[in-house]
Amino acid sequence: MGSEPPVIAQLREVSVDYRGRRAVGPVSLELARNEIVALVGPSGCGKSTILRLIAGLEAPTGGEIILGAGPGETSVVFQAPTLMPWASAAANVALPLELSGVVKEVARGRANEALSRVKLPDKGHYKPAQLSGGMAMRVALARALVSNPKLFLMDEPFAALDEITRRALADDVLTLWTASGPSIVFVTHNVEEAVYMAGRVLVMTPAPGRLSGSVTVDAPIPRPADFRTSEVFRRSVEAVSRLLDAGQDAAA
Amino acid sequence: MRRALEFLAPAATILLLLGVWEVACRAMRVPVYLLPGPSQIIRAAAADLPVLAMSAGNTLIMALSALVIASALATSLALALGASPLLERAVKPIAIGFQVTPIVAIAPLAVIWAGLEHSERAIVGLAAIVAFFPVFSGTLTGLKSADPDLERLFDLYGARRWQRLFRLRVPAAVPYILEGHKVAAGQALIGGVVAEFVARTGQSQGLAWRILEASHNLETPRLFAALFTLAVMGGLLFAVLQGLEAVALRWWRGR
Repeated sequence: MGSEPPVIAQLREVSVDYRGRRAVGPVSLELARNEIVALVGPSGCGKSTILRLIAGLEAPTGGEIILGAGPGETSVVFQAPTLMPWASAAANVALPLELSGVVKEVARGRANEALSRVKLPDKGHYKPAQLSGGMAMRVALARALVSNPKLFLMDEPFAALDEITRRALADDVLTLWTASGPSIVFVTHNVEEAVYMAGRVLVMTPAPGRLSGSVTVDAPIPRPADFRTSEVFRRSVEAVSRLLDAGQDAAA
Repeated sequence: MRRALEFLAPAATILLLLGVWEVACRAMRVPVYLLPGPSQIIRAAAADLPVLAMSAGNTLIMALSALVIASALATSLALALGASPLLERAVKPIAIGFQVTPIVAIAPLAVIWAGLEHSERAIVGLAAIVAFFPVFSGTLTGLKSADPDLERLFDLYGARRWQRLFRLRVPAAVPYILEGHKVAAGQALIGGVVAEFVARTGQSQGLAWRILEASHNLETPRLFAALFTLAVMGGLLFAVLQGLEAVALRWWRGR
């Protein structure tokens, strides 16, 4: 305890080229342990690519990535729930554990606990087609959290959901973060969502995406009930919007 | 009401066509050996019922045996190929070669190899060759159909090759495998009948032989009776497999 490095992921001058064309970078950033960071930027700027780089699902063309999370300590939630349609919710949630060799009975027990944490205590035997979009996303969250990851990555996780469900899930993620405290990086194109959830919002330029600035959101997590109408929220949203606009103007 | 209409519409169309056929044959006094009316075909079928039933049973057994053999070989080979892209590149051209070679061209060889006294083996073998490709192709396509993000999650969780195959790719392939079997069942029946035509030994005593026999004797009503039995059997086989597919998919999806 206490010997863990304070930085869980570090990108040093990282760039990605596709067919000889620069798609992302160079980007340098540090992610502190227990920090929640949002990546905001226009479509196609490479937000999701940066997420895949941190997850180790893609290799950079240039630069260096240093990770403080070992194998099995990183979880990803995609834009769609990405559940196995043939498997029950509990079997989906238990997947990371079972793949790493945890005995099925133990894995299913922990999966049911994780489902309770995302407010689906009695839906373990349901198949994905029997769940609503919001419920399926909660199952995906439970799957990502069941192995107590140190690094939790989300790629526009609530983009396909209605506003009420989005807000409820954002609060759920923050409550879960309070309980287990993984470092979270999430990609979104929704400035309000970024400010509501993140301690730090990183803004990217249009492609090839680079970081154009960062905004620190100075408010406790979980957020106070009146946070969305607070001065801090309004100022933070304005600051992020200004950075986004500046990036667009520079690209034009 | 709508369901009843959906059932009645095709039934009424068939009855109407049979009626027109019967009236036209009688009105134009068409010779029986050329085109018998439906009533004459029904009489021939009733008289031939035991023989037709036995022949239909033989054809069905040959087709189902071929389907089982094709299914076992095609799914095993597709699984092996799905686990190794290099093996897929090596074997796929041969499988496609079998598919594009007309069954009638291979049939004489198969009959010689099976031995003239075992023509039913040649028929089952040939029908299995025809039924092989839909299952093989469906399974291979299905194994590659898993959601790419699920494949990424399996990467992230450090899944082993066999875990990825049996926990992701095989279950994802189930709808494709079922569809492949549905097509293959019809192909097995067609393959079996074509092979029986080519073998021409009469040893297999299937429906194709009944058709050949009736054709040689110019007993056209009996020929039609065998033909319709074949069509009805093919339709029933398709319906049964479609029903099984629907049940299996409902289980697969959970609804």
